[in-house]
Amino acid sequence: MGKRIAVEDSHAAALAVKLANVDVVAAYPITPQTHIVEELSRMVADGELDAEYINVESEHSALSACIGASAVGARCFTATAGPGLALMHEILFIAAGNRFPIVMAITNRCLSPNLNIWGDQSDIMASRDCGWIQIFAENAQEIFDLILSAFKIAEDNRVMLPIAVNFDGFYATHVVERMDLPEEREVRRFLPPHRKKADYRLDPDNPVTFGAIGFPSVQFELKRQWEEALCRSKQVIKEVWQEFDRIFGRHYEVLELYRMEDAEIGFMLMGGSCGTCRVAVDRLRERGFKIGMIKLRLYRPFPKEEILEATSKLKTLITVDKHICLGGLGGPLFNDLRSLFYGTPHQVDIVGFMAGIGGRDITIEDFERMFDRTVKRELPPEKYVFMVRGEN
Amino acid sequence: MLRLLKRPIRLRFWGERLVKLSLKRKQEELEAPFKADWKRVPHALLILEPATSRYYYTGDWRTFKPVMDRNKCTAYRSPLACLLCWVYCPEGCIYITDGGGVDVDLNYCKGCGICAKECPVEAITMMEEEK
Repeated sequence: MGKRIAVEDSHAAALAVKLANVDVVAAYPITPQTHIVEELSRMVADGELDAEYINVESEHSALSACIGASAVGARCFTATAGPGLALMHEILFIAAGNRFPIVMAITNRCLSPNLNIWGDQSDIMASRDCGWIQIFAENAQEIFDLILSAFKIAEDNRVMLPIAVNFDGFYATHVVERMDLPEEREVRRFLPPHRKKADYRLDPDNPVTFGAIGFPSVQFELKRQWEEALCRSKQVIKEVWQEFDRIFGRHYEVLELYRMEDAEIGFMLMGGSCGTCRVAVDRLRERGFKIGMIKLRLYRPFPKEEILEATSKLKTLITVDKHICLGGLGGPLFNDLRSLFYGTPHQVDIVGFMAGIGGRDITIEDFERMFDRTVKRELPPEKYVFMVRGEN
Repeated sequence: MLRLLKRPIRLRFWGERLVKLSLKRKQEELEAPFKADWKRVPHALLILEPATSRYYYTGDWRTFKPVMDRNKCTAYRSPLACLLCWVYCPEGCIYITDGGGVDVDLNYCKGCGICAKECPVEAITMMEEEK
């Protein structure tokens, strides 16, 4: 058995990367970077981790360096946040489209203006169509476990896609939590120490061309193939998480249901606020309401079937987004769910709240307020609400 | 006498035709996997054979082609060839012939006109191409 430790969440991510025995870490150490790569660079410098640590000149280069290393067959990791992810935007697509199994930790932060790097999900939501597998973690244990399993998922021959493991900037990254750290021996049973030889890789003796010109006559087929790989990865994700359960005894599903057995109203959200939401659900249950919570762990590929099944008895679904689709129709999760339910026989009333923008706290009272407004129908006709002064 | 002079030229013509035909076959062979439906196109559209871009004729993009006047070109007129066209061609389409003259590989020339612009003796003119 491993041991129970107290660890800063950023360091939990670094520990997972260390135990995954990565070959290359490339990162750019500017604000808003986190302690993840700081700790990794220490591990490499102290000889605890035998990896190449590449200090690059920007986030654009950080992912580019990972792509190059991954093309050769190395196991690669990088971490970024907020504006760093925005600077990477172009390369996100290249990493996914050319099918490089890179794992990246994204500590979700706001994008400027005004200068704000506090925690919300506007960074990843602005890049959500980049074709990566996107997973959201809540706490140190989940961050550790999901990063470790991400390597196994990404490197599966049926997937070969990069994975972004998201967690809250500051709310998660800079807090100390309790975590079960497995022994290296156990980790080796789950994840081999190196990537197996890739079918396609940069090899001087056997040259291949990655990312050649894609004429209009072929590009669409590339995207369709990529989309299929992304959708099919859901099955592999489930298999890997089941295997994780067998070895480490911790169970993960694409959705985590909390008090949903007889619920008529459900919250649905991602990331660290789920903890607060659970307390709000408990309080509302004490007041006699049949309410539950669905935590969305896997955001892309969107777990359509699982959501439809989990909500089959619900009357109302309250989504909480930490991002605004500016000029659009509310928050991204609200949009996805409305599209999902449109035209299905079971109609769930979907109400969207946008909260926690720019790192503002989402308190237990905020969740109760969202619930009260929903049941009292204090809602605008478009059914999405900004939890902002003047409208709340 | 005239017939004897013409013969090697005819042979060269047919030789070039044969080379072009085999290149065309190679081109089709390379393109075939990329014309399949999305389930069968190569993984991530990888190209598994090296140096295949030479089978892609960028000359097809051309509207104007460079035509060389050998009576003006320094490579033909004097022992000191300027070769500025060879220096400036961004595609490396201008080559030095066995006899020391210069010629254009029209398979790859995109017709940008830089050679014509740079030629100090105005030996190259850009002519609209009929296809």
